[in-house]
Amino acid sequence: MSAMTTMTSRLPSGVRQHLAALRALLVLTVLLGILYPLVVLGIGQLAFPAQANGSSVTAGGRVVGSSLLGQAFVDARGNPAPQWFQPRPSAAADPANKNDPGYNPLFSGGSNLGPSNPDLIKSIQARRQAVAAFDGVPAASVPPDAVTASGSGLDPDISPAYADEQVTRVARARGLDPGAVRALVAAHVQGRTLGILGEPRVNVVELNAALTRLR
Amino acid sequence: MSTAAAGWWQAGLLVFALAVSYRPLGDYLAHIFTTDKHWRAERGIYRLIGVDADVDQKWSTYLRAVLAFSAVSVLFLYGFQRLQEHLLLSLGFPAVKADQAFNTAASFVTNTNWQSYSGESTMGHLVQMAGLAVQNFVSAAVGIVVVIALIRGFIRSRTDRVGNFWVDLTRTCLRLLLPISLVFALVLLAGGVVDNVSAAHPVTTLAGQQQSVTGGPVASQEVIKELGTDGGGFYNANSAHPFENPNPVTNLVEIFLILVIGVALTRTFGRMVGDKRQGYAILAVMAAIWVTSTAAISFFESGHHSAAALAAGGALEGKEVRFGIPGSSLWVASTTLTSTGAVNTAHDSLSPLGGGIAILNMMLGEIAPGGTGSGLYGIVVLAIVTVFVAGLMVGRTPEYLNKKIQPREMKLASLYILTTPALVLIGTGLAIALPGERAAVLNPGAHGLSEVLYAFTSTANNNGSAFAGLSVNTVWYNSVTGVVMLLGRFLPIVWVLALAGSLAAQRTVPASAGTLPTHRPLFVGMLLGVIILVVALTYFPAQALGPLAEGLR
Repeated sequence: MSAMTTMTSRLPSGVRQHLAALRALLVLTVLLGILYPLVVLGIGQLAFPAQANGSSVTAGGRVVGSSLLGQAFVDARGNPAPQWFQPRPSAAADPANKNDPGYNPLFSGGSNLGPSNPDLIKSIQARRQAVAAFDGVPAASVPPDAVTASGSGLDPDISPAYADEQVTRVARARGLDPGAVRALVAAHVQGRTLGILGEPRVNVVELNAALTRLR
Repeated sequence: MSTAAAGWWQAGLLVFALAVSYRPLGDYLAHIFTTDKHWRAERGIYRLIGVDADVDQKWSTYLRAVLAFSAVSVLFLYGFQRLQEHLLLSLGFPAVKADQAFNTAASFVTNTNWQSYSGESTMGHLVQMAGLAVQNFVSAAVGIVVVIALIRGFIRSRTDRVGNFWVDLTRTCLRLLLPISLVFALVLLAGGVVDNVSAAHPVTTLAGQQQSVTGGPVASQEVIKELGTDGGGFYNANSAHPFENPNPVTNLVEIFLILVIGVALTRTFGRMVGDKRQGYAILAVMAAIWVTSTAAISFFESGHHSAAALAAGGALEGKEVRFGIPGSSLWVASTTLTSTGAVNTAHDSLSPLGGGIAILNMMLGEIAPGGTGSGLYGIVVLAIVTVFVAGLMVGRTPEYLNKKIQPREMKLASLYILTTPALVLIGTGLAIALPGERAAVLNPGAHGLSEVLYAFTSTANNNGSAFAGLSVNTVWYNSVTGVVMLLGRFLPIVWVLALAGSLAAQRTVPASAGTLPTHRPLFVGMLLGVIILVVALTYFPAQALGPLAEGLR
C-alpha cells in the first residue's frame, strides 16, 4: 500500500472514493486534456502546417480564405455577383444581421427545415426561379445542390452540373472566352476518391481563385 | 459508376476495414482486461490516485467508484464552464450560463454529447480541450469497463468480486483510447482537419467580404469524439463542418472510428467467455440491424421520398456535396446505431421515413453495435431476456453462458429495458403537454412531434444527435434533458453492475442437453425477434404519430 492510501484509509469509504475520483480525474485531465492535445498540436504544426492552419487559399498575393470553407460571392448590395461562380444557398448566417449573406463560420449549421415544411418547399421553388433567371437556363434543369442549403452552411463544393450551368454567365460578365472558362471548370472537377468515395464536385473557392488568374 | 454502386462499394470498404481490425483489436481488448501486469506509468497513476491496484472490488464498490468518478466529473466540468472567462484561451467568451453548463456537463459525462450550445460561439479552446474532450475519453472508458465487469460476472464463479474500476479505467484510457487517438489524429490532420489554438481571424474574401476563419484544437478532439462514440462537435455543424470532416476519405475514417470498438468488443466478449461463437452470434445480430438500417436510410434519402426532395430534384437539403447521399446515409445509420450522435448531415432535414429510422435506431437502445461498451451490455441484457422467453416456451430454467437466469437476474434485465422507454415517453409527453415547451418546435405538423420525440430518444439513449430545429437552449430543456441523460446513463449501469454481481456470485452450471445453444442462427433470429417485439414496438404509437404520419401522408 502506498503512503497516500495509508494516509486516507482512515476516512469513511464514501469520502475515500470521491477523493480517488477527483485525483483520477485530475491525472487524466493532465494526460488526455493537456499533454495529448499538445502533442497532436505540435505534430500538426510541424508535419502538416498547411492543413492544421486551415488550408489557406491565396489569390493576388494575399490570403483570401480557406479552400475548405465556402464563401458568399455577392455584390455590395448582397445580390449574387455574376462574375463569380455561385456556391450553394447557406444557412450559416448571423441571426442578428439581416444582411449576412451566409457562409459565416461563426454560425455554422443547416436550415433544419423539415422535409415537408411548406416554407422550405417555397424557398426551393423561389431559388429555382432565381437561379434559372440568373444563369439563363430553364428552371427544370437547375440541379438540386443549387437550390438546397448544406448541413454546415459552409459547403465549399457544388456539383459539376451546377458549375457547367454557370459558365456562360461568368464568361459574359468577365468578358472571357466561354471555352476557356469551361476548360477551367473541367480542370477543377474532383472525382470520387478511389472511384467510390464521395461525389464528383467542384470547389467554388478554388475555382473562383483560379478565375482571377485567367486572362 | 452510378452513385448507388459507389455507395455500396464504400460501405463494403468500411465493412472490410472493420473485419480486418476485428480480431487484433478484440483480442487486444481481452488482453487489456485479463493481464495482471501493470505498466510502470500505470503504477505511477495508481499511486497518484491513491488506490491499491491489486485488489478487486465487489460490484457495489465498483458501482460506487463509477458513480463517484462521474459525479466529480460533472461538478468539475460544470465549474470549468462557469469559470471559463477567467481561463486561458477563452477567446473572450463569457461564462456559460448555469442551466446550459449543467446540461453540457451531464451530456459529456454520460457519453451523450447533446449540445444545446454552439461550439464556435460559446466554448473557449481550453474548456473544449481539457474539459469536454477529457470526458470524450473517460465517458467512453466507463462504458467499456462496465461491460467488462458484466463479462467477469459470467466467467467468475462464487465470488463477490467483479474487478477494479480504477485499473480498468486507467488501462482503457492508456492502452486503448490514447494510442488509437494519436494515430488517427495524424490521419485526420493529413486529411485537412485543423488543429491550432488561433481565435477566429478575419480574412477578406475573393469577392471582398469579411469572413472569420475559426481555429481550434480540432483534430485531437475529432478523433476521440468518434472513437469514443461521444459525438460532441467542436463546431455547431459537427462533422458536416469542413474543418472537422473535410473530404470523403476523412468521412469514411470517422465512420470507421465510430464503429470499430463496438464491433471488436463482440470478439473480446467471445474470447473472455471462452467461446468465440458467442461473440459471433451477437455480432451477427448487430450486423443484421446495421445493414438493414443503412440500406433503408439510403433508400429513403435517394430518390424523391419527401416534398422537399421532389421540389429540389434530390434530398440534398442539409447534406454536403462532397459526401453525397451515400456518404451521408452511411453516417446517419452508424451514428444513430452507436450512441455517437456526431452528424455530417442535418438530421432535421432527412426524409420523413429516413429520419424515422434514425429515431428507431436510437430506440433500439443503441445496440448495433452501440456505444463503446454500453452497446454490448445493452444487447447482452436482451440476450438474457431472449433465453428467458425461450425457457418459458419449453418450461426449463433458462441459462446463458453457463449461468442460470433466475428471478433476480430477470428483475434487473426488466428494469434495464423499462428505464429508457419510460424516460423517452414521459419526457416527450411532458414537453408536448406544456405550451411553453411546445413552442420550441421549429417545423409544423407531425414533424414537430418528431423533433421532440427525437430529442428525448436521443438524450435518454445517450446518443446526442438532434433534430436541431428544436430550440433546446431554454432553462426547461437544459434542466430536463440534463436529468434525462443522467438517469438514462446511470440507472442502466446500476442494473448492469448489479447483474454482474449476481452472476458472479452464482456457481457455473455446465451446459446440458436441454440448454438452448446461444451461438446458432436460431438464437440470432430469436434475439432479433425480441429486440423488435420488446423494444421497437414499445415506441410504435409515438413513431406512428410522428415520422410515420409525415412519411405516409
